[in-house]
Amino acid sequence: MKQIILAIALLASMGARAQSSKYVAAMQHNLQLLDSAKTTEDLAAVSQAFERIGDAEKTQWLPYYYAGLAQTRIGFADPKSDRDAIGQKANELAEKGEKIEKNAELCTIHNMAATLQMLVNPMERFKTFGIKAYTYLQEGYKLDPNNPRLYFLDGANTFGKPEYIGGGKEKAKPLFVKAEELFKTAKPAELYPHWGLAETERYLAKCN
Amino acid sequence: MPKKILTILFLLITTVALGQAQITGSVTDTKKQAIPGVSVALKDTYDGATTDSAGHFRIRTTEKGTFTLVASATGYETREQTITLGSQPILADFALKEKISELNAVTVTAGAFGGGMGKKGLTVLSSLDVQTTAGANADISRAVNTLPGAQQISNQEGLFVRGGDSYEAKQFIDGSLVNRPYYLSASNIPTRGRYPATLFKGFAFSTGGYSALYGQALSSVLIMETIDLPQQSEANAFLSPIQNSLGVQRLAKNGKSSFGFNYQYTNTSLYYALVKQTPDYFIRPRFHNADANFRIRTKNGMIKYYTTFSYNKLGVRTFNIDTVDMKNAITLSNYNWFNALNWKENLGDGWKMTLSASYSITHDSISSQLQDAHNVPQYTFEKYWLDTVNFRLDRRETLLQGKAVIEKKFSNLNTIRFGSEYWYAQYDFQYNSISKHLPDQLTAGFAETELYFTSSLVATIGVRAEYSSILQKAKVAPRASLAYRMGKGSTVSAAFGQFYQKPENNYLQVAPWLGYTKATHYIINYQRQVQGTFLRVEAFYKQYEDLIKTVPSYSNSGSGYAKGIELYFRDKTSFQHLDYSISYSYLDTKRDYLNYPTSLMPGIAANHTASASVKRFFTKIGTGASLTYTFATGRPYYAIIPDSTGHSYYIKDQGKTNGYQTLDLSIYHLTRMGKAAAIWYASATNLLGRTNIAGYNYSYNALVKQPILPPAQRTFFVGLILNWGIDRRQDAIDNL
Repeated sequence: MKQIILAIALLASMGARAQSSKYVAAMQHNLQLLDSAKTTEDLAAVSQAFERIGDAEKTQWLPYYYAGLAQTRIGFADPKSDRDAIGQKANELAEKGEKIEKNAELCTIHNMAATLQMLVNPMERFKTFGIKAYTYLQEGYKLDPNNPRLYFLDGANTFGKPEYIGGGKEKAKPLFVKAEELFKTAKPAELYPHWGLAETERYLAKCN
Repeated sequence: MPKKILTILFLLITTVALGQAQITGSVTDTKKQAIPGVSVALKDTYDGATTDSAGHFRIRTTEKGTFTLVASATGYETREQTITLGSQPILADFALKEKISELNAVTVTAGAFGGGMGKKGLTVLSSLDVQTTAGANADISRAVNTLPGAQQISNQEGLFVRGGDSYEAKQFIDGSLVNRPYYLSASNIPTRGRYPATLFKGFAFSTGGYSALYGQALSSVLIMETIDLPQQSEANAFLSPIQNSLGVQRLAKNGKSSFGFNYQYTNTSLYYALVKQTPDYFIRPRFHNADANFRIRTKNGMIKYYTTFSYNKLGVRTFNIDTVDMKNAITLSNYNWFNALNWKENLGDGWKMTLSASYSITHDSISSQLQDAHNVPQYTFEKYWLDTVNFRLDRRETLLQGKAVIEKKFSNLNTIRFGSEYWYAQYDFQYNSISKHLPDQLTAGFAETELYFTSSLVATIGVRAEYSSILQKAKVAPRASLAYRMGKGSTVSAAFGQFYQKPENNYLQVAPWLGYTKATHYIINYQRQVQGTFLRVEAFYKQYEDLIKTVPSYSNSGSGYAKGIELYFRDKTSFQHLDYSISYSYLDTKRDYLNYPTSLMPGIAANHTASASVKRFFTKIGTGASLTYTFATGRPYYAIIPDSTGHSYYIKDQGKTNGYQTLDLSIYHLTRMGKAAAIWYASATNLLGRTNIAGYNYSYNALVKQPILPPAQRTFFVGLILNWGIDRRQDAIDNL
């Protein structure tokens, strides 16, 4: 099965993007590692592997995107991690990607980085990092109004926010519904981000 | 079958292995300590590895030829090695040098609270802290008073730092001195600060050893920096039985500029009708405060302007201690206008410029009258101690100042800073028929350098020179500090500095020949800051010279010292949603100044002061509570009166007060009201109802004494804060 995917991937890569088979194979390999990563060390290692691919390729933003995604996953999974440092690293990686292409997916990295930094002290940082996270979502909507991950993150941010400042289940639910709908019709290109449906469904279950 | 698979596998492995080269090695820091998590990459290839917990790495690669091997990690300088890949395994070790950057560089912590203003680490007091500290009632100075080094002086406003009087502590807004940070009050009735906490990003409180950029303060500086551009346009309102305010902040569409204004009206009539006050207010205190600001983002910097106008008035009767049933009736009013303009710009290549200018004017009108039991004015007396009760006083202070600071930061973080400052101060005074006019021009120049020997060792050396036209004297004040980082988050530092301050105008107007007063600070500090916990221990010695003596004649022959040790601990993370802090100060101080016949512990000092504060936020119900307990041992009081010759003074009576204790509570609840985010706020001070005596008032001959008590035993406060953010979040949902 995997070989078939690999073959398709190779075929696909021969198209307009002219991606080398080596690039696709390396990306596939590390995407598997990313999905199966269990520890902070695993995630840090795979983040660095993606960054190396990005640095070597010079014209691909996806490796930087995944390197940043792996960083945010460290931050979300480990409450004891240095979320300021991780947020900064993720932002740096997203900026490296944005030098190649500005897009909604990279906005989601900035959004998650800002959310992580806000979580260090939500009471004090809501007005700075909370609003920064919100601003990146708006920027993302402008670049791609139908990106399901934006709606998912918007929903998750709203869900996590207390009702008295405009958050809560009720406000979050329509965002998750919209995200789910978009996920179901989305057809991500090879190697492009596809995560989020499972997470959306988990949140939706909590909203009911 | 399995055999076949094995052979195929074997063949595969060997062929792959034959084409592969292996690079192994380890990465350490300059002290030979392993660094885990370092990225080691073969440049321009995908191949690389991450070091394990022992700092080891292993890279397998099929590349051949000459390559660059790069080791990089956050906080270290990146290192490269050139290697040639053949069939031989390669061994490559790296020793990474720690990078000196804003993130990891040590900073001087001696004397300073919240140094760096959020640049790194935690600012000890944020504006939220000021709003939520129980007992502070959103007053900046009262919140700062919970920090060690500050004394609890319940009958006066202001900061009394390490045995110093309140005029030895100066406040700065965006680099400009604030001439009169407090509303005018009658004696023994403390008043509030003029400025709302929400205007500021944070507060840096220095209890000594401060930089050469600041002068004319013997004891302390409180540095307040106003907020930058707001994140979004907003309107806010504050409603309470005592105080009401309304404010608007408008952010321009391009996000590059903003303007705003606030108006605040305080009237105590209703509150004083509900909560009985000891003094008889015939004009209940009322305050008006209006402010406006604009902020413009420039190419690489920011211009900020802030202006505030305030007015207050009150009239109060107190019993005259020298008579059987007469009263002193005092009416006072004050208006104050303060303007500050500040321009910060990064000029590129590490150069930075900060220009600030301010203009302020404050006018006090005080009239005092002796009245009989039926509030009828009394005029003719032959007794001087009653004659002096009837007076009229008008005081006007104007201050114009300009300051320029140029900074150059080199790539290794070494910094030089220099600049100059000019103040034009004018004091006009009219007491009955006597009038005085005191103009002064103060010019100062300063230079300071920060030298990083390593990222763990830094020295700051500075000097400040000042010339005052009224004193006709120049002074040169050296300042120096040293900081060394012992381990992660732990720093020891030491500071030394000389500080000069002009005598207060009320002495200068009588004795224009007076010179500078002087203090020398020696401070040693240990600070540990790890993930939301903060520990600080500081010991200090402060020497006072040339203090003002008023007896037998006005001179600079006074002197004194203060020494002590202070402890502060704050923990925001060990318990979820719980933030607690403990502070303790030991102070040993004596001074011979004013009319003191000898060296005495002044009435503004207590040997031991401690406070403990707990804040807890209950997320589920959106409610927070804050409880603060403050304790101080007794303060001395003296009746110092002239002897029969009238030329020398002696202590007729003395003692120590019963100490100070208060338990304060504040509760706030977050909710929504229509489109506004709302915060309900309630607080009460001195829950235990303790009688705190601040000192004693004496009759002219010191034969009668009366305790100085607060206007009311407890204070209560209830309020509603409303905030309308012009929130575009709704749009996203509406567009679904």
